[in-house]
Order: sequence, then C-alpha cells, then structure tokens
Amino acid sequence: MSEVVCNMELNCEGLNCPLPILKTKKAIDSLNSGEILKMIATDPGSVNDMASWAKRTGHELVSHTEAANVHTFLIRKK
Amino acid sequence: MADTKKLAIIASQGSLDWAYPPFILASTAAAMDMEAVIFFTFYGLPLLKKEIEAKVSPHSNPAMPMKMPFGSKEFQSINWPIPNIISGNVPGFDNMATMLMKETFKKKGVATIEQLRGMCQEFGVRFIACQMTMEVFGFEKEEFIDGVEYGGAATFLEYAADANISLFI
Repeated sequence: MSEVVCNMELNCEGLNCPLPILKTKKAIDSLNSGEILKMIATDPGSVNDMASWAKRTGHELVSHTEAANVHTFLIRKK
Repeated sequence: MADTKKLAIIASQGSLDWAYPPFILASTAAAMDMEAVIFFTFYGLPLLKKEIEAKVSPHSNPAMPMKMPFGSKEFQSINWPIPNIISGNVPGFDNMATMLMKETFKKKGVATIEQLRGMCQEFGVRFIACQMTMEVFGFEKEEFIDGVEYGGAATFLEYAADANISLFI
C-alpha cells in the first residue's frame, strides 16, 4: 500500500460509543476538503459505526486496518 | 440542504440510565449531518438544569446488572443478587448504585451526560423545554443552561411532522 499523507491524527483509544464518532466529526470539520484524517480507536463498535458515519456524511473511508485490537481509520474529507 | 435528515426525540425520563439515549442519539445524528431536536418533558426536564443530578435506581430496574467497577476480572464479572428489600429500603442505595454506574462508565470510556449534552449544543442540536412541565413542577428558566427554547406540544409536532426519525424515550 502506498503511503498516505495524513493531515491530522486523532487518538480515540479507550473511548466508547459515541465519542469516537463525535470526535471524528469535530476533527473532520477542522480540515479542508481532500485532506486526510487518521483516527485510532479501540472500541470494536467503531468499525461498523465509522462505515455508517462515512456513508451518511459522504466523507470517504479510505482504509481500515486492525492490529492487536487497535483500529486505524483513514478518512478523506469530502 | 434539501435532503438533510431530521431526528426528533422526546426525552421524558430523567434518571441517569434514561438520560443517555437522547443525548447519545442526538449528538451522533448531528455528527452525521442530520438535524436534531430534543423535546424535554415531564421527568426529562431536569436534564436541562445547569447541574445534572440524575441518578439510577436499581429498585425500579429489575434487570439491571449490579457489578463492581474494581477488583479482579472475576470479581467484576459477579452479578450481585440484591433483594428488593435492600434496594428499595436501604438509605443511600441509589447513591451507591449511581456512583458505581458512573465509575463503570468512566472506566469503559463512556462520556458523561454533561459531556454529551455539551457536544449536542456544540453541534447545533436544538433543546426545547416543555413550558407546561415548567409550570407544573415549578422550574424557572434561570435554573437551565443557556440556549434552550421553550414551547409545547405544537412546537414539537411542527418540527416532528417533517422528521425522518421520531423517538419517544
């Protein structure tokens, strides 16, 4: 996978529903269109929630990876 | 935006456990670019007070797990059988259960009600306080947080008539 340049990183480790989504919304609002947010979460529910959030808002969920129960999401602002 | 989805919630309960769903759903809806309104009525109205004093009462929630937020994993997994005679009669039992629930939520990374309410306001969720309940229970506007609107059934229904999701909680 080619390296994606992240414009902002948001750590939501240890946070539970709905905080990762709410913090992601705040973070994405502060970015410009086309910029990438990297969000890290340990809430297993965030996998489905992030997909739903992206589908609803139109921001692009570029990738989701998981390692040792830590989920990393890359989101491109629409 | 013409196709903005709308969420309409009636918050009618004011205990700590019932306080969560309206604020979780409204803040998340706003985070998903939806419009959201919460109409606070009857026992839900105190959730608009500057200081939220919501508690949980295990006596009125028979299925509520009673677990400890500390100790070993095995200890924490024990569901303590509390007889009604204790949960309903021992002074301070609700205070203890409230403390345990708040502690558990904190450890699990769940937001506080105050935090969720603040995010709702930050994201533009509209709070409407039921004027009739204000009169009946003797609440004053000065007791409530800023940014609250006041109205009645018609005010809520005018908005809810165009809502995609309407919930009574």
